[in-house]
Parts: sequence; C-alpha cells; structure tokens
Amino acid sequence: MRPLHPVSPGIRTVLGISFFVLFVAFWAWITLGGHVNRIFLADPLSMLRDGWRLLVEDRFWLDILITIWRVFGGFLLASVVAVPIGIAMGAWKPVEAFLEPFVSFARYLPASAFIPLLILWAGIGELEKLLVIFVGSVFQIILIVAVKVGSTRRDLVEAAYTLGSTNNGIVKRVIMPANAPEIAETLRLVLGWAWTYVIVAELIGSSSGIGYMIINSQSRLATGQIIFGIIVIGLIGLLSDFAFKAFNRWLFPWSLA
Amino acid sequence: MSKLLIEGVSRTFAGVRGGQPVKALMPADLAVAANDFITILGPSGCGKSTLLRIVAGLEAPSTGRVLLDGKAVTRPGPDRGMVFQSYTLFPWLTVAQNIAFGLRERGMAEKERDGIVASYVDLVGLKGFENHWPKQLSGGMQQRTAIARALANDPEILLLDEPFGALDNQTRGLMQELLLGIWERRKKTVLFVTHDIEEAIFMASRVIVMSARPGRIKSDVAIDLPHPRHYTLKTSPEFSDLKARLTEDIRVEAMRTAQNMAVS
Repeated sequence: MRPLHPVSPGIRTVLGISFFVLFVAFWAWITLGGHVNRIFLADPLSMLRDGWRLLVEDRFWLDILITIWRVFGGFLLASVVAVPIGIAMGAWKPVEAFLEPFVSFARYLPASAFIPLLILWAGIGELEKLLVIFVGSVFQIILIVAVKVGSTRRDLVEAAYTLGSTNNGIVKRVIMPANAPEIAETLRLVLGWAWTYVIVAELIGSSSGIGYMIINSQSRLATGQIIFGIIVIGLIGLLSDFAFKAFNRWLFPWSLA
Repeated sequence: MSKLLIEGVSRTFAGVRGGQPVKALMPADLAVAANDFITILGPSGCGKSTLLRIVAGLEAPSTGRVLLDGKAVTRPGPDRGMVFQSYTLFPWLTVAQNIAFGLRERGMAEKERDGIVASYVDLVGLKGFENHWPKQLSGGMQQRTAIARALANDPEILLLDEPFGALDNQTRGLMQELLLGIWERRKKTVLFVTHDIEEAIFMASRVIVMSARPGRIKSDVAIDLPHPRHYTLKTSPEFSDLKARLTEDIRVEAMRTAQNMAVS
C-alpha cells in the first residue's frame, strides 16, 4: 500500500463498519460457541435482552438522564470557572507566572482520589458528583486555554494596535475571538474525559446513575447489563461529541469556510 | 516642515546566548514631505522592515527617535496605518467588518461606519465581497482589504511592509497600479518597503536604497516620472535608465550580503 494515499469515502465507510461486524462476530463466537463461561461474559443477544429489560422494567432511562445531568452540570461549572482564568493567564504574563506552577501541579492530582474527601465535605449527594467532574476538568481546561491564548498570532495583535486598539481592546476583540474556536474544541475534548469521571464518581457512594447500575450488576454477575451500560455511555459520548462538533461549526463558520 | 522625521534611528539586537550583539540598522536619518510616496529598497536582511516597524511603533529604536508631525512616536497608533506582508485580516470578521475595525475601536457609530466602509470597499474594487470571510478570498483580494482597512482609519501616514511580496507577478502588477491610482487621487504620505527594484521605481516619488547588514541608507533617488503612471511606463527608456542604475546599487549590496553569509 502507498503510504499517505487517501482512501475513497465508500471504501472508508465499508472498512469502518466491517470492524464493528468482526468485533461483534468474534464476541458472538466466543460466547455463543461456549468458549468462555457465561458467568464472565454475556453473549450479544442476552446483552440486548438484559438491556431491554433494564430500560422497560427497571427504569434505567432515569439513571441515564441523571448521569447526563451530572456530566453537563460538572462540565459547565468547570468551564465557567476555567475559561476566564485560562484567558487571563494566556493574555497577561504576570497572571500566568502567578498561577501556572500551581495549576500544573493540580492537574496531576487524580480526581478519583478526591472522592473520599469530597464525600466527607459534600456528602454523597449531587454536589459531590459535580465536584468530582469539576476537579477532574477545571485544571485541564485552564492550562489548555492558557496555552492556546498565549500562542495568539502576533501579527494580528500588531495589526490591531496599528488600527488603534487599546490593551483591553486587544484582549476583547482580538485575543478572545481569535481563540474562540480552539477553546470550544478544547471543551469538546474535556467533555469526553468528564464521562470517565462521572462513572468513577457513581461507582462509589451512589444510588443512581449508569455507574451505580454497573456496580450493582457486578454483585449479581449480570455481565449483560454491565456491557449494556458501557455501550450506552459510548453511544451518548459519541452523540454529544457529534452535537458539540456541529454546534462549533455553526458558531464559527469563518474558521472552516 | 516634514511630515515624518527619522533622526539617528538605529537598532541593535542583543546577542543570542552571550554572543555578539547584532546591528540590524545603523543610525538612519530621513525626512519625508507630506504626500510623498517613498519606497525603501534593499536586499533581504538590510533592516528595512525593522526601520518601518520602528516608525509604526511596533519596535523601539536603540538610539534616535521618530517624529510624526513633530510628535515623538512611542507606541503603535491609528495615525500610522500599516499593511503587512503576511495576511493579517481578522479571520473571524467579514471583509466589511475588517475594514470597519479601526473605526469601531474609535467608538464610531455603526451608521457612520457603514458609509465609510462602503466607499473603501468601492475604492479597492471589492463590491459584492463585503460579507465574505478572509479565507474565501485570494491573496490579492486579502491585501486589497488590508489596504482598505488601513486607509479607512484615515491615518497620517500609510506604512507598507512588502505588501505584495507573497503575490504572483500578474496580481502584483495590478495591485501596484491600484495602490498608485488611490494615491494619485487621494494623496497620502506613504512609506513602502520592497526588495523589488521595478516596484520601487514604479510606485515612488523617491527611492531610498539601503545597504546590506548592518543596514544603512545608501542613496536617495528622486523619481521624476510623470503621473498618472500606467504600467507601460515600465518599458520606457527613462524607466530602464533608473532601473539600470538602481540594479547596480542593489547588486553590490546583495553580493556583500552573500559574502557576509559565506564568511559567518
């Protein structure tokens, strides 16, 4: 095969789908064919059956909704705090010098390790779940936004100065609009990570949500339900990512025109 | 009185990692009369862009000072409009919004802005493209917008740093005629940096030739070709004489640069 040679859209679709088919076929073969014990891994058909029962009888869709609300709540909270701080750090170097070392350190603190502390402080209610996502996202967003803003095209800044912009005008009418699409892309990326944090938060000290259902199913060896829960998370993540991408494209037509 | 006075302006860059400081520009003196079109001609690395950026206030001189209408330049400002070689239109603004940028920064009302923007859109021949994003424009159209953006602010002096350097030859020729046509009709003090000899002569009422690194002003040639100028002027005997003379000047400098690079 020629390196870097593009593939036609039709073949791309066929190849992309065929991996899913192979994956499910392999899964069906090892489970339905009796190559692994049913206790450890459910087959695709019983997974679908378990999932249907979860949705219809156990009102699993309520868990899905509560998990979605936690992800977006925590993520919004983190964004509202982090984006202005990140912009300030990128734009004004003394602010960066003041905050950057701490934020770089805080970024490596694992959000999951904070769960016991957060439970002590905020209980096991909704606030604690939001805070786990907040702690996991806020420092990441600050740092990435600060780096993007710090690398604003200098020639655009210079052009604005020669057109009469003041220092504040540069921040508001050059630095912010110039980086808005990249900041939105950063948020899209971090929203993906927020999905990981929410499940971890729900595995510990929780009585609702997709993560709770998963840990609950483990004690009953209901691997079909666990796999169904994981697939639901994947699908919602994929959907929200698509929606976010489309929203960014609609919001910033100039960056793609 | 001169519109623009450059007095003993020089620029030295600090040495990298304890190395020798680099003299980019030897002390330069230049007086520019109002409504003059001055081109600054020199080989790459002669400090001509540095000189222009000092006039713009984007860089501080190591010695000397720049006076515009008798006032010392300390920072960039709307009285010195600039067109850069790189495409510096704001990509998130349309052509019309780009042209209106300076007026908006000044706090002018939208209604008032619209009239001015429309006249400059017309002036640079971009009617019908007002609502296009910069990405949808060719290089020549982007630079036309950049010129309109700088002029809409009605600056005291227009600074251009190799504005047509990235364009193909045909577009470049058309852009030269467009800019010169605007200057002939509207009159403006212009400082235009280029390394293209033909461009320097065709546009200018005065060509300032700069020497190789460390850059300094080598000669000052008045161009008395009649206005309005038409592109056919470039093939006239007078033009050829000037070109031959400046080519010789620049050749010596270019060779000196090449030799300096070979030894260092």
